[in-house]
Amino acid sequence: MNEISSAALLAIVLAPLLAALAAGLAGRLIGRTGAHSITIAGVLTSFVLSVWVLKLMLVDGVPTFNDSVYTWLVSDGIRMEVGFLVDRLTVLMMVVVTFVSLCVHLYTIGYMHDDPGYQRFFSYISLFTFAMLMLVMSNNFLQLFFGWEAVGVVSYLLIGFWYTRPSAIFANLKAFLVNRVGDFGFVLGIAGIAYYTNSLDYTTVFGARDLIAVTTMTLFPGVEWQAITVVCLCLFVGAMGKSAQVPLHVWLPDSMEGPTPISALIHAATMVTAGIFMVARMSPLFELSEVALSTVLVIGATTAFFMGLLGLVNNDIKRVVAYSTLSQLGYMTVALGASAYGAAIFHLMTHAFFKALLFLAAGSVIIAMHHEQDMRKMGGLKKYLPITYWTCLIGSLALIGFPGTSGFFSKDALIEAVELSRTPGAGYAYWCVFLGVFITALYSFRLLFMTFHGPERFATAEHDHADADAHGREHGAAHGHDDSHGHGGHQDGPVTPHESPWVVTVPLILLAIPSLLIGWFSIGPTLFGGYFGEAIVVSENHAVLAEMGKEFEGPADFLMHALAHPPVLGVAVAWFLYIRRPDLPQKLATQFAVVYRLLCHKFYFDEIYQAVFAAGSRNVGKALWRVGDVALIDDVLVNGSARMVGWLASVVRRVQSGYLYHYAFAMIIGLSVMLAWFVLR
Amino acid sequence: MIQLEFVLLLAGLLFALSVAGIFINRKNVILLLMCIELMLLAVNFNFVAFARQLGDLDGQIFVFFIMTVAAAESAIGLAILVVLFRERRSINVDQLDTMKG
Repeated sequence: MNEISSAALLAIVLAPLLAALAAGLAGRLIGRTGAHSITIAGVLTSFVLSVWVLKLMLVDGVPTFNDSVYTWLVSDGIRMEVGFLVDRLTVLMMVVVTFVSLCVHLYTIGYMHDDPGYQRFFSYISLFTFAMLMLVMSNNFLQLFFGWEAVGVVSYLLIGFWYTRPSAIFANLKAFLVNRVGDFGFVLGIAGIAYYTNSLDYTTVFGARDLIAVTTMTLFPGVEWQAITVVCLCLFVGAMGKSAQVPLHVWLPDSMEGPTPISALIHAATMVTAGIFMVARMSPLFELSEVALSTVLVIGATTAFFMGLLGLVNNDIKRVVAYSTLSQLGYMTVALGASAYGAAIFHLMTHAFFKALLFLAAGSVIIAMHHEQDMRKMGGLKKYLPITYWTCLIGSLALIGFPGTSGFFSKDALIEAVELSRTPGAGYAYWCVFLGVFITALYSFRLLFMTFHGPERFATAEHDHADADAHGREHGAAHGHDDSHGHGGHQDGPVTPHESPWVVTVPLILLAIPSLLIGWFSIGPTLFGGYFGEAIVVSENHAVLAEMGKEFEGPADFLMHALAHPPVLGVAVAWFLYIRRPDLPQKLATQFAVVYRLLCHKFYFDEIYQAVFAAGSRNVGKALWRVGDVALIDDVLVNGSARMVGWLASVVRRVQSGYLYHYAFAMIIGLSVMLAWFVLR
Repeated sequence: MIQLEFVLLLAGLLFALSVAGIFINRKNVILLLMCIELMLLAVNFNFVAFARQLGDLDGQIFVFFIMTVAAAESAIGLAILVVLFRERRSINVDQLDTMKG
């Protein structure tokens, strides 16, 4: 067999969709077991077929598949189709998405065990898998946009999964609105592409890239812009929204309101990397615009460094991981800006594994702690949760880029690529990512030490409902949740943590394996071996990876680079601060109160947005309501016309004196006038 | 024979008198009724005068009709007045302003 059949690709996409429909629409009919069996079967089908396609491409050398399976409509020469472009970039994403999704499906069986929305949850995550596959497998912009929006919708639904909680509703609305800002730019970018190339098909558009490159457009009168720059910047705004880059990052930490499996699947491993994937897919366009690349670089670097800092002060276990996700997404964006697309995708892949692992481990801790997420109330969990501890350690090591782990290869390659890059802003970006390594190590091991080592603070901590709700991320949806673990409520005294069931730990182990090892196999081909082939285009003067490739002599040799960026320092500092001298962090916080407050308030982004955009639009609305609705329509038009009639009547009423002689007089005057008219005419 | 002009002049005077009576009188509704009667009579004069002048009896027949109707009208008007007086203990025109808007 020397080509991929479109039937197989359709099966990959449709299996999760059908499973989602079955679990969602017939959830009551098929029951809990039925719902998770059918969705897991759907995702397993996708995963197996994806691996098969990967094998076809890598081993058998099957060429890229690019064909349409359905034409939706043709309008003014622009064909809107459903089609698949499966090249090596796509197939990598497919395998990662389906693998993480499969692990999360398994994990969910344990995590959502007694949630009343069990079937709904499985339906959503299967639907998400479908949408994400549509996004990555698309061969045209319209389908990309469809997938883009569909994952956004599922993300919205899942952040607000526990819809009785006001904080969850606030968070999902926030995520939706912030993503709208990004999507607005994205649609403008797609519109620009359709305008300049009269096509939505990737191949056609990339074929016409030289044409767009020389076109200029007038954005403001008197200012000529390269059309490609404007288009790329617009597309990148979309990526900023989806991949949570500064300043559109505010939704991601809040999305932790959703159940933990979702944080792992959507808000860490797959959906948020859609922006990275999209920019990598659009590499032929982005390569043409130095300005766009430079913007990408600077924004990514800012996100990578400053969002990492926020991870240092947070005490919510999930939020720390969320900020680390933001920071890592920043790293990927930096790699995109430096034209090291291969490094970005490589980091995307390794990050998907270890970040999903970290989130699921955090979820496992949360289950053990009965939905307590405050790290100050944990500590010493190592002996209670051995599997979770070791997998979490592996995930953390991979995250900080400990030599030998997958994260080391991807992150180190990425940093070196930035160092070599000559794109404007690369100097700033280099320092950001370099210092970011230290910060990453510090907050990762702060999490690890606070959670698993040190004194057992949960034993003494008050653990009542009110307190948990105050911090309450995971709480309140179902009290069945609490009972499910066989401890009849919190009032009985201190909790004893216990290891999670096998459905939770097996995915952890499954994810720990690639987190640890995948770097060894894939660094060579993805970065330097031309694995991506035609999928990614890098222009001559940006080819930093090729430059690195000249010196690359296998992964073992690459380990020597570890000396240049020692994350170990961060671990040591974390150990000193949180194990050796646990009193120091508090002292530091008081010492640098200004900085601490700035970090605690997340650089005041939320406050500024609340004050400027949220309050601003509310005020605009209020003003329109007061002036337009109340004053103009209600007062002037509606009540005004009534008042006008009243006034007119009050004037005319004076004529109606009620005296006979007035009426008679009027009659006679009228008569005379009429007579005069007839006679004198 | 009396000239047409004089008759018309008399009729005009009577008519003007009755109009003035309606306007100026603010006291008595009966006076109003009488003024209306007078107005009709003034018109009757015109009819009779022209009928004689033109030698056509139609005008004189009209006068009978008008007088009949006027009589009926007065009767009804007086009846209303009686009811009105019973109701309000007054037939003062100034006080009859319930139709005021």
